[in-house]
Amino acid sequence: MILILVEHGGGRPERLSLEALALASRIAAATGGPIEAVLVGSEAREAAGLLGGRGVEVVHAVEHDRLVAFAPTAWAAALVQLIGDRSPAVVLAAGSDRGNEVMAHVAARLELPLATQCTDVTPGDPLRLTRQRWAGSLLEDAVLDAPTKLLTVAPHTFAIEDAASGADAASPRVQPFAPDLTESDLRVAVTRRLEPDRTGVSLGDARVVVGGGRGVGSAEAFAELEELASLLGGAVGVSRVVTSNGWRPHAMQIGQTGLRIAPDLYIACGISGAIQHIVGAKAAKRILAINTDRDAPIMSVADYAVIGDLHQVVPAISAELRRLRDG
Amino acid sequence: MNVVVCVKRVPATGGRIALTADGQEIDTRFLGFTISPHEECAVEEAVRIVEAGGGSSTVLTLGPEAASEQLRDAMAIGVDRAVLLETDGSDWDPIATADAIVDAIRALEAEGERFDLLLFGNESADSGGYQVGIRVATALGLPVVTGIKAIQAGDGRVEARREAAGGWEVFELPMPAVLGVKEGLNLPRYPSVPGRLRAKKKEIVRIVPERRPGGPTKERLRLPQADESQVEVIGAGADAAPAVVELLVRLGVAAR
Ligand SMILES: Cc1cc2nc3c(=O)[nH]c(=O)nc-3n(C[C@H](O)[C@H](O)[C@H](O)COP(=O)(O)OP(=O)(O)OC[C@H]3O[C@@H](n4cnc5c(N)ncnc54)[C@H](O)[C@@H]3O)c2cc1C
Ligand SMILES: Nc1ncnc2c1ncn2[C@@H]1O[C@H](COP(=O)(O)O)[C@@H](O)[C@H]1O
Repeated sequence: MILILVEHGGGRPERLSLEALALASRIAAATGGPIEAVLVGSEAREAAGLLGGRGVEVVHAVEHDRLVAFAPTAWAAALVQLIGDRSPAVVLAAGSDRGNEVMAHVAARLELPLATQCTDVTPGDPLRLTRQRWAGSLLEDAVLDAPTKLLTVAPHTFAIEDAASGADAASPRVQPFAPDLTESDLRVAVTRRLEPDRTGVSLGDARVVVGGGRGVGSAEAFAELEELASLLGGAVGVSRVVTSNGWRPHAMQIGQTGLRIAPDLYIACGISGAIQHIVGAKAAKRILAINTDRDAPIMSVADYAVIGDLHQVVPAISAELRRLRDG
Repeated sequence: MNVVVCVKRVPATGGRIALTADGQEIDTRFLGFTISPHEECAVEEAVRIVEAGGGSSTVLTLGPEAASEQLRDAMAIGVDRAVLLETDGSDWDPIATADAIVDAIRALEAEGERFDLLLFGNESADSGGYQVGIRVATALGLPVVTGIKAIQAGDGRVEARREAAGGWEVFELPMPAVLGVKEGLNLPRYPSVPGRLRAKKKEIVRIVPERRPGGPTKERLRLPQADESQVEVIGAGADAAPAVVELLVRLGVAAR
């Protein structure tokens, strides 16, 4: 049996959890075992209804009057109890913030190894897998030898499968599960939430991102990039050099220790293309590099390039766009 | 308050990664070394907490003798002292790493030391296991939360925030506690020349840890298939602007 932690929000399963479910289905197809899912919290039943046609036989809806807000240790305690009851061969979750955190707790409690950010799995005993290092710039082939195999699934690796229709589309059977939680399990929980203050296009959702790196040269010079971004209805993102210099806040950083973006077009201005930056932008459909150096590493991942000083090129593009707009 | 911060020495890879012939390691012959930006912020936070409220800060790493470079870097910005869990430089899995750190913390506590806060990076730069801090906390019976980008500690409690859906989730933990932090927590300072000189004289406690492997077991490293594109140079300098706008229209991101 394969047990999967499915995160959900607003009564719907999260995207990354459905990707993890695609890997669970592959393992199930190879081993013939059934899939059971774990969903925590008040909207679990609603979200469970949307798992029909995805090969999940049973949903364990974890319900506890003190499990309203996210509580990593308590979620892990519930999972550990279910693992004890159901003896799954494989337990997996999305390689999301919560998925990695909860699975690390499960692994620590069971004193078992955990393979995070997996991109490929060959079921068996021991289990062979490939996992990401350096946020995906490097891969590691590894062996997981344990009575229960604990995994998380690298985001954006597995395509979400279409739900089956007809006889296979039945919703999973929902079984309530009331875990035994101690005070110590419940000692870490979200005590309150601060809602975002939304201004403008968010970097994560923008169709066009104008990226600026060391080549921009100063905090003030970002006005040139902001103008281009606003003409294109996009957002500005930056490299780590820019945040380390205090030119722009870290919330705007793209890369291994910043945000992963997936716009239609990424315009990288004065950015050399270090692997830690590129892992954050490689999901962009197209990359246009503007750089004085024809041989910068960014050229090997870019689709288009303009060779030149961004302080001349970027304002010229904005002027051309304004001319077009104003007829 | 007494703060411990755990860091890991990793190669400072730049434009592309090269592997050794046997695929076991990154070829570091032409590379410098560093720590994860997450951990740099953890180091800075430890220094700020002690500057603000007194106590002492300790930086700890498990790695080869050469990792004393990263310990000295941390001491150069103000960490009081360092602990090196010295290995032969080969990869230790997350279970072995966490066990060795737990042993070291217990040994220091056996000598009468007390720690209020243990800071980790959210994930290490190279292996990115997302687990060593949580394993250490579990073994020591301490509360832990990861993904933290704001910390306020005092009065036996620590408030820690993490980003979620553009907003913030706020946690409150009793101390002693363990936190896994992310870059953006603060803006780390650069070491000063006097700071570097002082760091040279500071103490590094050396311990030879016991290795108890627990997996996963690395077989080899591989580079992902390069999705390298042929770059099309569409122009040079400001004169390229019309061709760029032509392209933007063709890609459907600008309207004609
Ligand atoms: C563990 C780890 C994690 C990291 N995480 C991240 C991350 O999340 N995000 C990130 O960005 N980095 C990250 N880094 C840092 C990364 O390795 C690089 O140092 C950084 O991305 C370089 O930023 P840059 O391209 O702006 O600067 P540089 O590498 O200095 O490149 C500047 C570029 O600008 C060009 N240029 C200069 N002047 C002009 C001009 N007038 N017009 C046009 N072009 C010009 C130059 O030719 C050059 O190509 C990380 C590093 C490590 C070790
Ligand atoms: N060899 C090590 N020495 C000291 N701390 C480490 C080591 N490996 C990992 N850590 C700490 O644990 C965090 C999480 O690591 P990981 O579980 O590998 O992603 C890192 O950011 C470090 O703070």
